[in-house]
Amino acid sequence: MGLSNFIFLFLFIVSILFFIKNLSRIISNIKLGRGINRSDRKSERWRNMFRVALGQSKMTRRTVAGVLHIVVYLGFLIINIEVIEIIVDGVFGTHRFLASVIPSSLYNFLIGSFEVLAILVLVACIIFLIRRNVLKIKRFWNKEMTKWPRTDANLILVFEILLMTAFLVMNAADFILLSRGDAHYTVAFANPVSQFFVPYFETFSSENLHFIERFTWWFHIIGIFAFMNYVLISKHLHIFFAFPSTYYANLNPLGQFTNLESVTNEVKLMMDPNADPYSSPAVDSATPESFGAKDATDLNWVQLLNAYSCTECGRCTSNCPANQTGKLLSPRKVLMDTRDRITEIADNKRNGVEDTKSLLGDYITPEELWACTSCNACTDSCPIELDPLSIIMDMRRYLVMEQSAAPTELNMMFTNVENNGAPWQFSAADRLNWKDD
Amino acid sequence: MSELQVKTMAEFMEEGKEADILFWVGSAGSFDDRAKKITRAFVQILNKANVNFGVLGSEESSSGDAAKRAGNEFLFQMQAMMNIEVLNAYNVKRIVTTCPHSYNTLKNEYKGLGGKYQVQHHTEFIAELLEMGKLSITGDLKGKRVTYHDPCYLGRANNVYDIPRELIKTVGVELVEMKRSKRLSFCCGAGGAQMFKEPENGSQDININRTEEALSLNPDVIATGCPFCNTMMTDGVKAVDEGAAEVKDIAELIAENL
Repeated sequence: MGLSNFIFLFLFIVSILFFIKNLSRIISNIKLGRGINRSDRKSERWRNMFRVALGQSKMTRRTVAGVLHIVVYLGFLIINIEVIEIIVDGVFGTHRFLASVIPSSLYNFLIGSFEVLAILVLVACIIFLIRRNVLKIKRFWNKEMTKWPRTDANLILVFEILLMTAFLVMNAADFILLSRGDAHYTVAFANPVSQFFVPYFETFSSENLHFIERFTWWFHIIGIFAFMNYVLISKHLHIFFAFPSTYYANLNPLGQFTNLESVTNEVKLMMDPNADPYSSPAVDSATPESFGAKDATDLNWVQLLNAYSCTECGRCTSNCPANQTGKLLSPRKVLMDTRDRITEIADNKRNGVEDTKSLLGDYITPEELWACTSCNACTDSCPIELDPLSIIMDMRRYLVMEQSAAPTELNMMFTNVENNGAPWQFSAADRLNWKDD
Repeated sequence: MSELQVKTMAEFMEEGKEADILFWVGSAGSFDDRAKKITRAFVQILNKANVNFGVLGSEESSSGDAAKRAGNEFLFQMQAMMNIEVLNAYNVKRIVTTCPHSYNTLKNEYKGLGGKYQVQHHTEFIAELLEMGKLSITGDLKGKRVTYHDPCYLGRANNVYDIPRELIKTVGVELVEMKRSKRLSFCCGAGGAQMFKEPENGSQDININRTEEALSLNPDVIATGCPFCNTMMTDGVKAVDEGAAEVKDIAELIAENL
């Protein structure tokens, strides 16, 4: 083992440790949420995850973005097989280790397909950049897409372009060295794409080529280590969290909203003629939670997981009838705010900083919440089945049940339902009048 | 014109009989003048097919949908439990309703509170009647253009997209689809208790946006299956181009062509 192997091993271990540390920090943030039981219907959940996350079944509802995304996704999955080889080579100082353990035809096939995918990913990322920055597709420029979210998206795309370029240049340099017999190794591999890079490097000296080959190799692998860690502070976390989010997704019909259990208990008590109104509450009953959600910690952990999984694609917002008619509400913003707020709460806790803010009010305003028609366009359009609507509803519940802060007209509607069992001021005795109209 | 045959569940009980199915009229269907016409059209259909149905009449109360979506879970559950008590007392097994909001709530949200029923939207029920040969369409509206607006609580919320469309086609019309239809359907603006409040500030009202889309197809009729959608689209047509198209419930289209 030479010095370079030690350096490699060191970088490898540090980046893995750093990754684990920051990932567990996010997981502990998610655990700040309230409990919700999603341990039921296991086989259905696995199927859902395979279909929606692994199988990308909802992506192609938007053809161009969907097809391009699948290219990048497949490229990411498959090209990462190469990482195994890079790590073995890096640690043990071998060169193209896989070629020595698998048949050369298979190795050729692998490298060949990596190259094809690499160039496809590269092109897809360039198109993505054009869509965001030149065509300025509206959903990438909504109000909540401030400087950082836009930069974040561009950084990731540039990152991927650089990684793919490095991979192809490395193969081209390696190929020339091999053909000159100037390499210290003899591994033939297919180069369906990088062969087109060869003419640009053919005039280079072997020494320079060797430098380029090593440089791109290191660039590629350090890039991957960095990318892996960058993802944790980026909207790009969906590459991992899309899987748990689809596994723990709401499997009920979209129209079915949860019945708050804490309310059920109280209503049952109210309606039970045998209940003793003066009895003290059962000893085992825990301190009652507030009804609905004021802050991110009042949400359940699936909602918080959703918030970290959102990659800010904006399909929800671009289908939201309120948003499309100029209202303040944006379902994507609801998820982004929830993520930013739960991160803030957790960081403040860790640093012992006093926290006086809340999700409701400081991040999300009642006006946004009251603009929602509960039409489920957002939940239906999310490619990984995130549920911003449930967050909106939980916050409405807080406004109404804890603060009595519903708009006046809605308070009138409530009064009507309470008094005469209809949202309007009509008497129940007149319910059958339509018969004789 | 009281040719409608309607009996309440209480009347059934007095006679010692049971209804096969309960027609849940809903608050809009009971009190809103436009929605009452839909109620009457649907009862016409039920009568024509000799369906043994009952209504709750004065014993019916708001399903609680509007209260729930407005955030008042207390009021919703009070309503739900009261209604469940009444429904269970009459031993109700099957429910049909002309309101997708009641449909969704009764079907999906009552079951967790002790009310388990087989619930159908009236379009599903009418389709069944046609299939069983209990109804036959005699009218023919050939040459008329109809576009269908998916109610959110029937479509995305409960995945009923095709049955309403098939029903519309039975009256011989040309069904033209809006660009945003089925899963992509654009809300009318009434859901989530918006029906009972002024819209928040914005550049346009949601129902205007949707009505413009519908009218761009030059339909004779904008069909829908929800009393709230009906109100929103009717208001929309008045505001965008009064008289440009009629807004009708599918039950009305069918009832006029029996």
